[in-house]
Amino acid sequence: MNFLSRIFNRPAESDSAQVAKQRLQLVLAQDRTNISTETLNVLKDEMINVISKHVEIDRANVQVSMAHTNRGEQLIANIPVVGARAPAPPAAAPRRVSTRRTRSARA
Amino acid sequence: MPGRIITITSGKGGVGKTTATANIGVALARRGQRVACVDADIGLRNLDVVMGLENRIVYDLVDVVEGRARLRQALIKDKRLPELQLLPAAQTREKSAVNEKQMIKLCDDLRREFDFVLIDSPAGIELGFKNSIAPADEVLIIVTPEVSSVRDADRVIGLTEASEKSSPKLIINRLRPAMVRRGEMMDTADVLEVLAIELIGIVPEDETIITSTNKGQPVALEDRSVAGAAFTHIAQRLLGEEVPFQVFDESDGLMERLARLFRRNQ
Ligand SMILES: Nc1ncnc2c1ncn2[C@@H]1O[C@H](COP(=O)(O)OP(=O)(O)OP(=O)(O)O)[C@@H](O)[C@H]1O
Ligand SMILES: [Mg+2]
Repeated sequence: MNFLSRIFNRPAESDSAQVAKQRLQLVLAQDRTNISTETLNVLKDEMINVISKHVEIDRANVQVSMAHTNRGEQLIANIPVVGARAPAPPAAAPRRVSTRRTRSARA
Repeated sequence: MPGRIITITSGKGGVGKTTATANIGVALARRGQRVACVDADIGLRNLDVVMGLENRIVYDLVDVVEGRARLRQALIKDKRLPELQLLPAAQTREKSAVNEKQMIKLCDDLRREFDFVLIDSPAGIELGFKNSIAPADEVLIIVTPEVSSVRDADRVIGLTEASEKSSPKLIINRLRPAMVRRGEMMDTADVLEVLAIELIGIVPEDETIITSTNKGQPVALEDRSVAGAAFTHIAQRLLGEEVPFQVFDESDGLMERLARLFRRNQ
């Protein structure tokens, strides 16, 4: 029985459970902080503008998203750096900007 | 010592609040605890039929609140378990027939006579939910391992924490181990990671819930069913007993995997 289950217990072709979990993590981070996808897009554009003044970045591949962790909600920005403009800050990508928020209750 | 007031709520409808209230009530009463189950779903009462006590209703919660009946007259004794009583909801009234203050007063009266007051909350986050939460010492949130249920639960957890209750505990209901194993349903760890609250029970999907509800005999009255055992474990944990969480083994999962393999090889 054990032998049989090991053979047939292969990973699912489509792991919809993991998809559910990831979608929940994003939607709950947004629910809890009241930050919409629209706000994230605005934030992303403004961040690109600000950072581009100082650092040359790969604009097309900038990602700004939310994640929900045990410690609270995080705003996550992945900003690939192409090259530094003078004065050169240490080239570091990706970057993490983190904001601590607890579950918000908006009755 | 005054009894504990515990509210069972969910946000999303139809995930098992009434079933859980009836069965945890039965399991506690079987362990000698004096239990009052309160149906706070005014206008959509169901706890009476799930417990099999619908034919004995004379007065209801609203009658008590409005002074037409005394608590003792409205409470229905369960003949199978002398420790168990039901306070039914009014069926032809609206949620607004009672307010938070009246619910607190009512439950304070009940806790003098009972070890546990279990409140079956209506779905949603409006008046009926608020009335159910107001008197609670403890809150149990029930979810099914699905996106909409978990999302709604998160909202309810936020509202519960905002009302300065102690952190609510989680019941995961209708878990289907075979689907979990195929990666088609979130497992306990996934749900816990997303909601980040303490777990108090896992109840598997179980057909005996439906057949027992057909008869008005909660599964926890007997020891045979898996769901009944799961509800009994929740009652034990409420009483401070350490009961390990059961990992459900689903034997027909193998047959399904075999069937899929054959399909793939055709
Ligand atoms: N573990 C389970 N296995 C199988 N069926 C279940 C299980 N738990 C609940 N059910 C079924 O799901 C349905 C909804 O359950 P229940 O009435 O307890 O939910 P509820 O949260 O009280 O609903 P409402 O929001 O309408 O008050 C019922 O038909 C019940 O029999
Ligand atoms: Mg119900």
